Amino acid sequence: MGSIPIWPQQASNFAPGTDALYLFLVVVSLVMTVLIYTAIIVLASKYRRKPGVHPVQIEGSHVLEITWSVLPMFFFFAFFAWGAWIYFKERTPPQHANEIYVVAKQWMWKIQHPEGVREINELHVPLGANVKLIMTSQDVIHSFFIPAFRIKQDVLPGRYTIMWFRATEPGTYHLFCAEYCGTLHSGMIGSIIVQHPAEYQTWLNGGSSNAPLAQTGEKLFAELGCVSCHRADATGRGPILNGVFGKQVALEDGRTVLADENYIRESILDPGAKVVVGYKPVMPTFQGLITEEQLSALVAYVKTLSPSRPGQPAVAPGTSAPRGKNE
Amino acid sequence: MATAALPQERKNYLNAEHGLRSWLLTTDHKRIAVLYMISITVFFFVGALYALLIRLELLTPAGDLMQADSYNRVFTAHGVVMVFFFLIPVVPAVLGNFLVPIMVGAKDLAFPRINLLSWYLYMIGGLLVIHVVLTGGIDTGWTFYPPFSTQFSNSRVIEAGLAAFIAGFSSIFTGLNFIVTIHRMRAPGLTWTRLPLFIWAQYATSVIMILGTPVVAITLVLVILERALHLGIFDPKLGGDPLLFQHLFWFYSHPAVYIMILPSMGVISELISAFSRKRIFGYKFVALSSIAIAVIGFLVWAHHMFVAGMSVYAALIFSFLTFFVGVPSAIKVFNWTATMYKGSITFETPMLYAFGFLGLFTIGGLTGLFLATLGVDVHVTDTYFVVAHFHYVMVGGVVMGYLGGIHFWWPKITGRMYPEFWGKVAALVGFIGFNLTFFPQFILGYLGMPRRYYQYPPEFQVLNILSTAGATILGVGYLMPLVYLLWSLRYGEVASDNPWNAAGLEWKTTSPPPTFNFDETPVVDFEVYNYEDLKEIPVER
Repeated sequence: MGSIPIWPQQASNFAPGTDALYLFLVVVSLVMTVLIYTAIIVLASKYRRKPGVHPVQIEGSHVLEITWSVLPMFFFFAFFAWGAWIYFKERTPPQHANEIYVVAKQWMWKIQHPEGVREINELHVPLGANVKLIMTSQDVIHSFFIPAFRIKQDVLPGRYTIMWFRATEPGTYHLFCAEYCGTLHSGMIGSIIVQHPAEYQTWLNGGSSNAPLAQTGEKLFAELGCVSCHRADATGRGPILNGVFGKQVALEDGRTVLADENYIRESILDPGAKVVVGYKPVMPTFQGLITEEQLSALVAYVKTLSPSRPGQPAVAPGTSAPRGKNE
Repeated sequence: MATAALPQERKNYLNAEHGLRSWLLTTDHKRIAVLYMISITVFFFVGALYALLIRLELLTPAGDLMQADSYNRVFTAHGVVMVFFFLIPVVPAVLGNFLVPIMVGAKDLAFPRINLLSWYLYMIGGLLVIHVVLTGGIDTGWTFYPPFSTQFSNSRVIEAGLAAFIAGFSSIFTGLNFIVTIHRMRAPGLTWTRLPLFIWAQYATSVIMILGTPVVAITLVLVILERALHLGIFDPKLGGDPLLFQHLFWFYSHPAVYIMILPSMGVISELISAFSRKRIFGYKFVALSSIAIAVIGFLVWAHHMFVAGMSVYAALIFSFLTFFVGVPSAIKVFNWTATMYKGSITFETPMLYAFGFLGLFTIGGLTGLFLATLGVDVHVTDTYFVVAHFHYVMVGGVVMGYLGGIHFWWPKITGRMYPEFWGKVAALVGFIGFNLTFFPQFILGYLGMPRRYYQYPPEFQVLNILSTAGATILGVGYLMPLVYLLWSLRYGEVASDNPWNAAGLEWKTTSPPPTFNFDETPVVDFEVYNYEDLKEIPVER
C-alpha cells in the first residue's frame, strides 16, 4: 500500500509526448472547471432570493452564445491536432525495426523473436531500439497494453495488427490485456523487460535452440510445397515472391493492393481473395492446416526474400538490421 | 374552484379507479409512468447490488470474494441491467411519460395502448434478463463483442441479447409516441418556441430512439444467428469481420448515451428556470443544442474504436467530429449558469440536484475531450479512466437529473411533498459519495488499470479502497430517497397544485392531475417560463 501513486512510469518514446498532451488537457479542464464552479457559486450566492428583489428576465445574448460556442473550438482544434500527431506517429512504424511476432490466445501472450527465441507472457526488448510487433489472435479479441509506454493496440483474430515503440528506460513493466476476453482476462498479464543492448544480447544468446523465425519459415515453405509454384524465376504457376513485400501489387480485378503482412497472410489462408494479375486462382487454401505461429514464420520468410538476388532467397539469420544496435 | 375540498377527495388519476387490474390494463400515461417508476426503481437497485459486489471484490488486489467467472457475470449483469433497463428508459419512460402530454396540454399520448405495450415489452425484456442472471448469467460484458460472444462464451448470450432486443422495441414505441404527440397534440397557442426545454429534449431523444434502436436490434439478431446457426458474420473463422460488429453496435450505442443524458438535460433546464425564477438564458440555443446533439451524435461512433484496428484516417475523422459534439453540450452548461444571473434563487432539493448535475456533468464532459483526443485515448481507452468518465456522465448526469426531477414533480405525481431536510441531506451525501467513488478511477485509469479486471497489481489498491468507500456513501445517498419518498406517500405534507409557484402547464392542473389532465383544454397565450407573470414569491416553507 503506502503512498498513492498518481503518475505512471515513463519508459518509451511515446510516453513524454502523451503525458505533455494529457497535462495540457488537465490544465485546460481544471481552468474550465474552476471557472464554471466559481460562476455557479458566485451567481447562486449573489442572486439568492432576497425580500423585495425581483428577478430580471433576460432573453439571452447572441454575442455571448457565439463567443462561448467558438472559443472552445480553438482548444478543441489544438487537442485534435496534437492528439492526431501523436497517433499518427504511433501508427507509422519506422522502416527498420526489430520485428517480433505476437500471438494472443485465451489467456496468454506468445512471443516469437526473429532469432528463434520464444517467450510466453514476457517480452524482452533492447533499450533504445525500434521494436515492431506484428500481432494476431488465435481466438477472441485481445489488446496489447503497456501503460509505461502509453500504447495499446487491439489484437484481432484473422488479421495482423501492428504496433511499435522504442523503450527509453531499462526496467520491468506491466503488460496487460485491455480488451475483455473471457474468464481469465485479468490473468492475461505479463512483463515487458527492457535491457541494455549488451545484456539483451546475452539473454538472446542464452535463450533458445530454435532456428531463426525466417529459417523456420523457409523450411515450411519447402515442406508445404509452396516452393513448387512460387519460384524465383518466371517459370512457376504462382507469382514471384522475391521483393514483393512492401510493393504495390496489381490484381486480376484491376485493383492494386499493398503487399504488407496482412496481404501475405490473406493470400495464404484465402488465396482466391486477391489474385495477382496474369495468374489463375489455382492455389489451395491453407486455412486450418497451419498454426498462427507457422503463419508468422512464413510471413517472416517471405519478407526476407530479396529482389536483388533472384533465385537466391536472402535468408540471413534474423532480420536485415542487427538486433539491439539500431538506436 | 375547489377550495374547501381536500385533495384526496378530489378525483384524480390515482383514485379514479382501484384494483390491480385497473393499473395493469390502464392506458393513462400517468399510471404507465408510475408502473415504469416502480419497475425501473427495482431494476436500479438490482443493478446497484451488482455494483456493490464489484466494489467489494475490488477492495483487495487478489480475486478473493468470488471466482473469475462469477465476477465476469457480475459486471455484465451490472452493465446490462443499468444500461438497457435503467439508464435508457429512466427519464423518458418515467418523467417523460408523465409530463409530455401535460406539458403540451394534451389529454394523453397519441397512442395510449402502444404506450402500455411499451411497458409490457420492457417488463418482458427485464424479466428475461433477471431470469438469465439467476440461471447461469452472461459473461460478455454489456457490449457483446464477438467472436467472444458468438463462439467462445459459455453463458446465456442468446437470451440476454433477446432481452435487450425486446426492450429496444419498448424504447422505439416511446419515441414514436413522443414525436407524434409533440407534433400533433399541442394545445392551441403552444408554438414550438413556447415549448418547455424538457419537451425539446424529449423530442431530440425520441429521434435517436427511432433511428438508432433498430440498428442495435438487428445487430443483436446477427449475434444470435452467428451463435446459434454459425452463420459467418463477425467471426473471422467463419469468414466474418469482428470490426463490423463494433461499427454496428456503436452506431446505436454511442447515440444511446445521448438517449440517456438528453432527457436529464431537459429536466435541468426546468429546475434551474424554476428555482431561479427566470426564463432560461438563450432559450433557442438550448433548444437547438438538443437537436444538434442528436444529429452530431450519430457521426461519432467510431471514437470507441481508436485502437480496434481501424484505419488511421477513419480515426482522424471520427476524432475531429467528436469534438463538435462537445460544443452543444458546452452551450447548455454556459446557458444554465447564465440563467442564474439576476435571478432570485432558492436552494430546495431539486435545485441542489441541478447544481450536482452541473458539477458532475462538467467533469464528465471535459474528460470526454481526453477520450476524443487520439494520442491520449490510445493510453486510457479500456482503462478505469473510461469507466470514471462515463459514470460521471451517466450516473453524475443522468441520475442527478432524474432525482432532481423526481423531487421537483413528486408533489404533482403523488399529491404529497417529500421531506425537504432529508432531501437536501441525500443530495449532499450522493454528491460526496459519487465523487469519492469515481474520481480515484480517473487516476487509476491513467496509471493503466484496465477495466473488467477482477484481480489487479497491488499498487492500485489504495485508490480502489477509496472508490469502494465512496460507493458505500453513494449507496446511502440512493437509499435515503427510496425511504423518505415512500414515507411521504402516507405522511408527506399534502401538496398544493403549484408548490414551487413554477411556470409550465403541469402546474396549472391539480396535484395529482385528473385522468385527462385538464378539465378544459388549456389555451396558451403566454410565453414559456413566464416568471414575470408569477411575480409573488411563495411563502418560505
